[in-house]
Amino acid sequence: MNIRFGDRLFKIVAYIFGALIFILFLLMIAKLYQGSSATINQYGLSFIFNSEWSPYNDEFGAWPFIIGTVISSLLALLIAAPVSIGIAIYLVEIAPRWIRTPVSFLVELLAAIPSIVYGLWGIFVLAPFVRNHIAPIFTETLGTKIPLFAGPSYGVGLLTAGIVLAIMITPTIASISREVISTVPNSQREAAYALGATKWEMISTSVLTYARSGILGAMIIGLGRAIGETMAVTMVIGNSPEIPKSIFDPAYTMASVIANEFTEATSNLYVSALIEIGLLLFFVTIFVNVIARLLVWSVSRGTQEVK
Amino acid sequence: MTSQSLSARKVKNVTMIGLTVIGTILALIPLFSIFAYVIARGMPAINIDFFTELPKPLGEEGGGMVNAIVGTLIVVGISGLIGIPVGIMSGIFLSEYGRNRFGRFISFLTDVLLGVPSIVVGIFVYVLLVLAMGGFSAYAGGIALSILMIPAVTRTTEEMLKLIPSHIREAGLALGLPKWRVILFIVLPSATRGIVTGVMLAIARVMGETAPLLFTAFGNRYWHSSLSDPIATLPVQIFTYAISPYKEWQAQAWAGALTLIVIVLIFNILARVITYRKNH
Repeated sequence: MNIRFGDRLFKIVAYIFGALIFILFLLMIAKLYQGSSATINQYGLSFIFNSEWSPYNDEFGAWPFIIGTVISSLLALLIAAPVSIGIAIYLVEIAPRWIRTPVSFLVELLAAIPSIVYGLWGIFVLAPFVRNHIAPIFTETLGTKIPLFAGPSYGVGLLTAGIVLAIMITPTIASISREVISTVPNSQREAAYALGATKWEMISTSVLTYARSGILGAMIIGLGRAIGETMAVTMVIGNSPEIPKSIFDPAYTMASVIANEFTEATSNLYVSALIEIGLLLFFVTIFVNVIARLLVWSVSRGTQEVK
Repeated sequence: MTSQSLSARKVKNVTMIGLTVIGTILALIPLFSIFAYVIARGMPAINIDFFTELPKPLGEEGGGMVNAIVGTLIVVGISGLIGIPVGIMSGIFLSEYGRNRFGRFISFLTDVLLGVPSIVVGIFVYVLLVLAMGGFSAYAGGIALSILMIPAVTRTTEEMLKLIPSHIREAGLALGLPKWRVILFIVLPSATRGIVTGVMLAIARVMGETAPLLFTAFGNRYWHSSLSDPIATLPVQIFTYAISPYKEWQAQAWAGALTLIVIVLIFNILARVITYRKNH
């Protein structure tokens, strides 16, 4: 009797804490919606596609921030993906044991550095480096023909933000890819070797083919992190609500406009516009994460069935 | 592949393997650069005053960040008081009662919450608490950080509890113990080490968070008089100083970054030592 009562009570308490996660999730949507109702009612969908952002004229459009977010995160993924997959392959398939432990520790340390420190380093070290050494390489070659690589570099701008983001998402993509690659059954590798494959042929035909969708999932999780990253980007992207024409132009992301302007926002409409950008950001990251998890799950489930 | 000569295949093999090595080295360059700069620029600005004095008004030499260092500990403390018990209980739910449709749904939402940008959590707490309470406060900052902590602690607790073999649970039940006692006094203690590791990593992560504090804890150039007041934190203080045009403030930002990195690393390394001991 007593035992059953205790068990029942504990089960109820456990369920309450489980439900708390759901309540938190619902509350977030409700509160963000409530906070942004002024702009949602006034502009509707046109808020998303309006490219004019001038708070002093009461004109609020999120388009420049959406573009800035998309370009900076894709740029980051473009840089980080090959590097991270290289790290994952190296750590699982190539590195000897005595290298594997310290190197994976160092790569994971990159994830432990607070984003504000990345921002500080970005302003004072990376931005001048991009202006003086990286930008000239592009502007003097490709820049003469393609406007995307032309124009002056102020140091801060899209490219610098992309590089900082790339460094920040590398440990995420590398560690998930590493897990996925480790789940590839050894029989796959042995089969490739038995057919006379070199090490790289084994990796590209067996390992990468098998782990493909998991690695794609890792990349999308990395992309999700890049989209939501705030402080480091705010400090190096230049914060200009114009649609950028070149990768050296200053730009703005959804997260960084909130970080930068929220405490200065004076009118109700201004605050509401920033909260609505937060709500959009919330939906985008949910969407991206759902897709990524499904991909990663599909691989790990697949291997469980093989076992 | 088959049409290539053996030597061409070997060249390709060496090139591609070489590229993975180069990629790994490339990723580690920023790590060393960051550490080098934070130490080189942070050390000169670190002295006793930095840890014992309040910020000085602009133009005056010296001053420190003691209020921000203490503030970070307070805000992270509040977040731990809420985030750790809630996260552990939710983790218990997922591992011990979550093998059904509702459990899988909550597990999925935990993943979703893990991916929510911290700035979004900041605005959420602003609308939820700052507007309601009529001002920025240490409480609001702590709650914002606890929302980041809960899914992380939930996930670790769940994973660690699932590692405990079922025969241990069955042994407890066979002795006639009720299930809740088995969970709280047998299963949970066996997973303590793993959970502590996860909790420490979660603390290390939220300690460096800036975005959720910008409009919850806000910041303060002086001591907070109560926990319902705006409070200075190390990351926000570093941000304010880093984007300022003044040399003295920028120097203090580096010193703050060094302090923050050292605290965060201590937590990370301690967490690792605990896991290492467990495995050896």
